[in-house]
Amino acid sequence: MKKWTELVPGAVVLEAGSSAKFKTGSWRTFRPEWLQENCIQCLMCWLYCPDMAVKVADGKMTGFDYDYCKGCGVCAKECPGKQGKKAIIMKPEGK
Amino acid sequence: METRELLKWSAQVKLREKSKQEGRLEHGHRMCAGCGAPTVVKMVLMATEYPVVLSNATGCLEVSTCIQEFTAWKTPWIHTAFENAAATLAGVETMYRALLKKGKMPENVKFIAFGGDGGTYDIGLQSLSGAMERGHDMLYVCYDNGAYMNTGIQRSSATPLGADTTTSPAGSANPAGKLQQRKDLTRIMADHGIYAAQASPSHWLDLMNKVKKAHSIKGAKFLNIIAPCNRGWRTATDNSIELSRLAVETCYWPLYEIEDGKLKVTVTPEEKKPVDLFFKPQGRFKHLYSPENEGVLEKIQAQIDKTWERLLKESEGPC
Repeated sequence: MKKWTELVPGAVVLEAGSSAKFKTGSWRTFRPEWLQENCIQCLMCWLYCPDMAVKVADGKMTGFDYDYCKGCGVCAKECPGKQGKKAIIMKPEGK
Repeated sequence: METRELLKWSAQVKLREKSKQEGRLEHGHRMCAGCGAPTVVKMVLMATEYPVVLSNATGCLEVSTCIQEFTAWKTPWIHTAFENAAATLAGVETMYRALLKKGKMPENVKFIAFGGDGGTYDIGLQSLSGAMERGHDMLYVCYDNGAYMNTGIQRSSATPLGADTTTSPAGSANPAGKLQQRKDLTRIMADHGIYAAQASPSHWLDLMNKVKKAHSIKGAKFLNIIAPCNRGWRTATDNSIELSRLAVETCYWPLYEIEDGKLKVTVTPEEKKPVDLFFKPQGRFKHLYSPENEGVLEKIQAQIDKTWERLLKESEGPC
């Protein structure tokens, strides 16, 4: 936006949930990785994700939405995993 | 144990069904990584199976979900000032009742106001008290992170004793951080004769049940939910749910509800843990472990024990 005339009139946002156009994935320094073989589909990652960045389809976790994941690591910490093996691990971004 | 497993299983099935529905808070909001507040909002809205109208007091949640040009909300949502989230929603609810009588509105619309602890415990207290006293059919949800986190971690009346904030700093003049007790707002709200409860995102089933129960009651309702803030609590970003769980297990944040003046403890921890476990991962309590603050932790622990015992005594039968 360069000129004030391009501002939305009256600061009204006309579209619900338009924040989806703003991608927060670049905030991330750690990246969650999903190990499908250890996943028990408890959906705790989906429930606890503060950024709605866990993708689910038909009631099952299918991966992460890296456009929005801020890399906080709550999902990895809360993941119960299978037999002590986590289904989500955090890895440094860019490696 | 078996019934507990069964309960967990049936809850999981319900969660699966919930995951198929469209969320009401969209991604792309600019709350910090690992913030507890969006999780709280998400859970409250997930448990609300009605059309809703929301109002939001000034705070982190309000400013970072509606930064110019964007909104993260998929529901009617009113941006209010710091002190009047409850008053605004009370007005909307009154208008709704008038229009409902004329048949111009659909039935069963629910009203929820969100506010942080600054906008609820301090600045918005009088309008909140007024709305609750008048008995508007609305639910007020306070997400309590224990300070004015949005403006830079200033103390509020929800800040716990001993916490280091920018306006109650622990230093050479005052080594102990905040010197005053926190306000027990849930009790104050319950004394309005309304349904009031305390919840935590770590115990999500309990939280959702309380929201559902609140919606089934006609009149004013108040819900106080702990929402860890990793910036203000000086802790790692992945700690928010773990800390809210520890708050419950140490009885720092007991889960109970008060209905018609009757108190019921809804979650009794299997083993009551020392408050030290909740304090240790948080940098805002770091100074309490230095030699000049000897005895402060014991004092806090004694207070928590006293409150918990009082709650159990008043409770109609813990489950």
